[in-house]
Amino acid sequence: MELYRLTAHEIHQLLQKKEVSSEEVTMSVISRIEEVEPKVNGYIETTFDPALDTARAVDKRIARGDEIRPLTGIPIAIKDNMCTQGIKTTCSSRTLHNFIPPYDATVVKRLKEVDAVIIGKTNMDEFAMGSSTETSFYGPTRNPCNLDYVPGGTSGGSAAVVAAHETIIALGSDTGGSIRQPASFCGVVGLKPTYGRVSRFGLIAYASSFDQIGPVTKDVTDAALLMKVISGYDSADSTSVKNDVPDYLNYLEEDLKNIKIGIPIEYFAEGIDPEVKSAVLQAINLISGIGAQCENISMPHTEYAIPCYYILVTSEASSNLARYDGVQYGLRKEEKNLIGMYRATRSEGFGDEVKRRIMLGTYALSAGYYDAYYLKAQKVRTLIKQDFDKAFEKYDALITPVSPFPAFKIGEKMNDPLQMYLADIYTVTINLAGVPAISIPCGFSKDGLPIGLQIVCKPFDEHTLFKIAFALEKSLGRAKK
Amino acid sequence: MNISRNKVEHLAALARLELSDEEIEKFSHQLTDILNYAEKINQLDTGAVEPTAHAVPLKNVLREDEVKPSLLRETVLANAPDAGEEYFKVPKVIYSS
Repeated sequence: MELYRLTAHEIHQLLQKKEVSSEEVTMSVISRIEEVEPKVNGYIETTFDPALDTARAVDKRIARGDEIRPLTGIPIAIKDNMCTQGIKTTCSSRTLHNFIPPYDATVVKRLKEVDAVIIGKTNMDEFAMGSSTETSFYGPTRNPCNLDYVPGGTSGGSAAVVAAHETIIALGSDTGGSIRQPASFCGVVGLKPTYGRVSRFGLIAYASSFDQIGPVTKDVTDAALLMKVISGYDSADSTSVKNDVPDYLNYLEEDLKNIKIGIPIEYFAEGIDPEVKSAVLQAINLISGIGAQCENISMPHTEYAIPCYYILVTSEASSNLARYDGVQYGLRKEEKNLIGMYRATRSEGFGDEVKRRIMLGTYALSAGYYDAYYLKAQKVRTLIKQDFDKAFEKYDALITPVSPFPAFKIGEKMNDPLQMYLADIYTVTINLAGVPAISIPCGFSKDGLPIGLQIVCKPFDEHTLFKIAFALEKSLGRAKK
Repeated sequence: MNISRNKVEHLAALARLELSDEEIEKFSHQLTDILNYAEKINQLDTGAVEPTAHAVPLKNVLREDEVKPSLLRETVLANAPDAGEEYFKVPKVIYSS
């Protein structure tokens, strides 16, 4: 049996029945990594030795008859912007090429508490800036469905290693689509939780009012299991919220009777690839067929989302990335005076896209431009959020495409940053509003590239997301392995 | 809206970056394109709209002022490019006149 192909919930049952050991599962994933990683480049660093130590310790506990949790002994990959104590965490940047965090991010701590097996750190766009995982200092990750194509970004490494079965599950982070878009490009499941649902402590900051950590998995059930482990209040993150974390698994089998779904027409307008449109509309027909009531709605401020988003995130980024000055950690280029040292260090350490965003943000926040750009964009954010508030007065969920097109070719958009930004058109709105959204596979283009659809719910309604996603996944049949 | 080469150099100085001639030229075009596109938000009348800083409304988050364990100084300094026993080292910033 090819254990690496299984899901976390399937492996959990085998572990409980003592039909396989965590060590066997981990070894199976390791040999798979050794086989396909040279083609995919999804990992920056692998941690096989500590992973096997954890797996063997878990096996001893199982042999002793201990109860195990759903993710105990399950291999997981972590995006390289989450701090792992004693394991290099680079954000795919030369700036942090030698940074070894002295502590674990809260999500990592929670995974260790249930004895999940951390198998490695995944590639990403530098500092999570990009839409294709091409801005990484460690070279691009390739899409396992077709190696000439990008896996999406910025959690392209996490999505690619899940799709290529180089891990069982993974964590990504999502600021404007960075979990959902790569999940859709690689044909896997990705969830961006409600802002405040998952602690950001130890997640290296890009745009703090947008960033959220979430699961990247082979199916909806695994996403629900991983969400249960990572969610909840954390005193170390003052923006995490004290709401109870439901047992998401209990909601999966519920029927969709009385569920009302809005279909925002602006997400199907000009610019969408006809194959994407037809795959998503077919899935919407399917969901109407199993009891949900679907209706077209209008979200009139959608077209302002991209400029609004890019003004706000670049502003937050220019402030957050001021800390990389060559003093406390990371790269330093020696110069005689302090300012010269800062400038040389930052210029060597950052790639093009990071420099571009820092300068855009510096511009938007600078004297004379603050009101015209930053403050104006914050007001437009209010209008976009109100579109969602209004939609959720009447509907339980919204369904949209994830990306206007399937994966594009490596190199295709690298010289035109604005074109790359426009790829995020259906995902950034979700982060502006702070609501949760899941991307699940709903078909393939004629070239064989996966297409995803996005389900959106009101804040802290992840259980409804899982319910709809699970029903749809069942109807669509498991996406091709 | 045009982000001139001079403007790019000024922004780079504010952001503590140093750009090559080639980079200045490239960023001048790209920033101009992006900011012209961003102008789109000015089509909206936001006169009576309150700004949103955070998606989830939060009031001040307070906690008890308790002493808790923190990282050891040597642990923190281990990542520093240059450090003394108890401090980070940087190039000289104060000169005698």
